[in-house]
Amino acid sequence: MKLNPKQYEEMTKRASPPSPVWKDCLWAFFVGGAICCLGEGIRQIWLLWYDEELAGTLTSLVLILLSALLTMPGWYQKLAAKAGAGTLVPITGFANSVVSPAIEFKAEGWITGVGAKIFIIAGPVITYGVLASWVWGLLYWVMGKF
Amino acid sequence: MNYLWAFVVGGGICVVGQLLLDYTKLTPARILTAFVVAGVVLSAVGLYAPLAEFAGSGASVPLLGFGHLLAQGVQKAVDAIGLPGAFTGGLTAAAGGIAASLICGVLAALLAKSKDQN
Repeated sequence: MKLNPKQYEEMTKRASPPSPVWKDCLWAFFVGGAICCLGEGIRQIWLLWYDEELAGTLTSLVLILLSALLTMPGWYQKLAAKAGAGTLVPITGFANSVVSPAIEFKAEGWITGVGAKIFIIAGPVITYGVLASWVWGLLYWVMGKF
Repeated sequence: MNYLWAFVVGGGICVVGQLLLDYTKLTPARILTAFVVAGVVLSAVGLYAPLAEFAGSGASVPLLGFGHLLAQGVQKAVDAIGLPGAFTGGLTAAAGGIAASLICGVLAALLAKSKDQN
């Protein structure tokens, strides 16, 4: 059977049951909210000893470590199947997007496998984030001249 | 109250991501990229700092906060050293998170086996 992309799209639409959007959103809200709440708890502890900036960095480090530990046995992915953007959008989702391909592509070697594929999602995120911040830096510098 | 607002704001930002996932064909990589760039823009126009003040980790843990971190870093570096700061500030501010992710990634690859992924 030959299909053009449009027909294929029609078929997949019919075959895949629609996941109710409100249910997805509830999952995303509660899981995403819970991760941020956990972050706030960790941040309050660091704030006992350090200033805002360092406390923020240390909070990210702890969340990244937790995410990596949950990614190794595949638990983070299991939660992500339910929680969708609730696990994707927090920094733990970013860490998962780094750790997961690193493990998956180990079979392709340490350089072209792990080393290259580790950036498969983090690469574009860092690239365009840095580009956007550079543009803002230029603007901010120009604005400072007037 | 800190915790309540962290929950509500963080959860709300995730719902925006979920709506993008459900209603558009954006892949997770595109959504993460969009969130970081949007965070830079929101920070540049001055909207994100008040939100971060108000919601704490609810604003800094989602990837929008990563963009905010980049933008703030650039601003601080431009204040300190001028134009070169536009190049150095962003990654300097984000260095901890990026390095930690990469280090965890390689260590996890060392410890885990590919088949563990399912």
